[in-house]
Amino acid sequence: MAKVLMKGNEAIGAAAIKAGCKFFFGYPITPQNELPEFMSRELPKIDGVFVQAESEVAAINMIYGAAGAGARTMTSSSSPGMALKQEGISYIAGAELPCVIVNISRGGPGLGGIQPSQADYFQSTRGGGNGDYRHLVYAPSTLQEAVDLTIEAFDIADYYRNPVIVLGDGMIGQMMEPVEFNEPKKRDLPAKDWATTGTEDKRRPNIINSLALDPAELEKHNIKLDNKYKAMEENEVRYEMYKTEGAELIFVAYGTTARIVKNAVDALEAEGIKAGLIRPITLWPFPNKAFNEIPTAKALVSVEMSMGQMIDDVKIANNGKLPVHFYGRTGGMIPTPEAIVEKAKEILGGGK
Amino acid sequence: MSTIFERTDGLTDKQFHYCPGCTHGVIHRLVGEVLVELGVLGKAVGVAPVGCSVLAYDYFNCDMHEAAHGRAPAVATGIKRVLPDNVVFTYQGDGDLASIGTAEIIHAAHRGEKFTTIFVNNAIYGMTGGQMAPTTLIGQKATTAPYGRDAATTGMPLRMSEMLATIDGAVFVERVTVHNVAGIRKAKKAIKKAFEVQIAGLGFGIVEILSTCPTNWGITPVESLKWLEENMLPYYPLGNFRTPEEGK
Repeated sequence: MAKVLMKGNEAIGAAAIKAGCKFFFGYPITPQNELPEFMSRELPKIDGVFVQAESEVAAINMIYGAAGAGARTMTSSSSPGMALKQEGISYIAGAELPCVIVNISRGGPGLGGIQPSQADYFQSTRGGGNGDYRHLVYAPSTLQEAVDLTIEAFDIADYYRNPVIVLGDGMIGQMMEPVEFNEPKKRDLPAKDWATTGTEDKRRPNIINSLALDPAELEKHNIKLDNKYKAMEENEVRYEMYKTEGAELIFVAYGTTARIVKNAVDALEAEGIKAGLIRPITLWPFPNKAFNEIPTAKALVSVEMSMGQMIDDVKIANNGKLPVHFYGRTGGMIPTPEAIVEKAKEILGGGK
Repeated sequence: MSTIFERTDGLTDKQFHYCPGCTHGVIHRLVGEVLVELGVLGKAVGVAPVGCSVLAYDYFNCDMHEAAHGRAPAVATGIKRVLPDNVVFTYQGDGDLASIGTAEIIHAAHRGEKFTTIFVNNAIYGMTGGQMAPTTLIGQKATTAPYGRDAATTGMPLRMSEMLATIDGAVFVERVTVHNVAGIRKAKKAIKKAFEVQIAGLGFGIVEILSTCPTNWGITPVESLKWLEENMLPYYPLGNFRTPEEGK
């Protein structure tokens, strides 16, 4: 298939449609607006449904209903809007329904700003809503990866009956790149025999629910969910190793920041400094095992567009073995390769 | 021996958890009967609220979806948009619909979503233990209004049906009561009509049903029926606020 030049938000929308998503519920917020706008334009052409909800809270609960009715469904938002969606995400995880949620994140806290940021790492990976739950978080670094991961996210959601988050910073949503829409790897997906589609007087009623008043029952449910999350940790971790072989300094970065770090790695290489990059593609589950594949590393540095959130996971994965450093820009400011190179030299020079 | 009264197929055989004298049971039965009489039980998908009827999913004998507090109309929107040929309803109390879920109910009506809302108004939060609701009457005592509701600091009780009747998309709006037999009969007619409006694809329909809460009102079941008649009816007038032209 020929490549087409698309804006990130629209490419993600087109990927969702390619994956068979015909039901989109959203609410305007910058910098993700082109996504619902694209869906409002394209879904009617394929007998799909676009609803502009009255709020992000309503939108995620529409997703909850549509997913319960057995549909492939998606919503998108940006950071403050994602905060509002956490209630629904918790219910969807508790009731074990599949859906895809896109966060084109911006600076915070509060209303923050509208420029790219990675300050939603905690919100995305720690369960912004209440209760013991987890969900996959994909962090694409290019638009092609955003397309591929969005398409696959629907299969993963159906497979595990769990929400999947696609987390792109504002840069991923707003930039343009050539993309192509490929078929995902075939998965055997379970039948949606749990969906509330009406009994047709042929079966017992299906109930979509996250309430369990009996603590023994709820504990059983929590353990069942946890087993599912363990299977995701076992099977769904993704990451890229960039020039890590023989590297003394290992950067850890995702999304847009990882692209910038690659430039820094190349610049350091040109100066004879051996640096590499671990790029988590799934933020949850975090690629802990990648940290066992860097025998020559002397130090780690987490580079983020935040004041340091992923660094917690880096420290957990590192398990005290190597010193862990941090470099970040935040509030919508983008790190430069030059500044990252300087940071690397400072670390390797012993730091002052 | 001939059977003169039996359980409706619209309800499961699960025993209700409702308090003695609470009229939720009557209202459940009316909804169940209507779904059976209209022949749509097998196509029905109900959305349960948070509140006393949080366990409604165990009682209605059709597919059910449990929503977050106040969000039932958003969940029902998602379901109905996916399944336009099914019959979708929400069953919500006054804390759920008139307080935390006002945005969701108003905008479901505003969009003219083609589902039916059964709105049970007992002027109090029942499940959580008798706190003040937006529908609590002036002077009525609640656990968060121990001196009685004061209009100066908490406003006047919210009349949801009147408010929703101002919205074009809400094509059927009626307030009924179940505190006596005549009221129950009228309530059933209104519920049936609201579902017929949905089935005809005309728009959003809501039936507000005045209901009792002896436990949290702190009076007997019999006194509750009387209290509803004497206190709620004057403030919450019964009647139809909107009905579509077709099949009037």
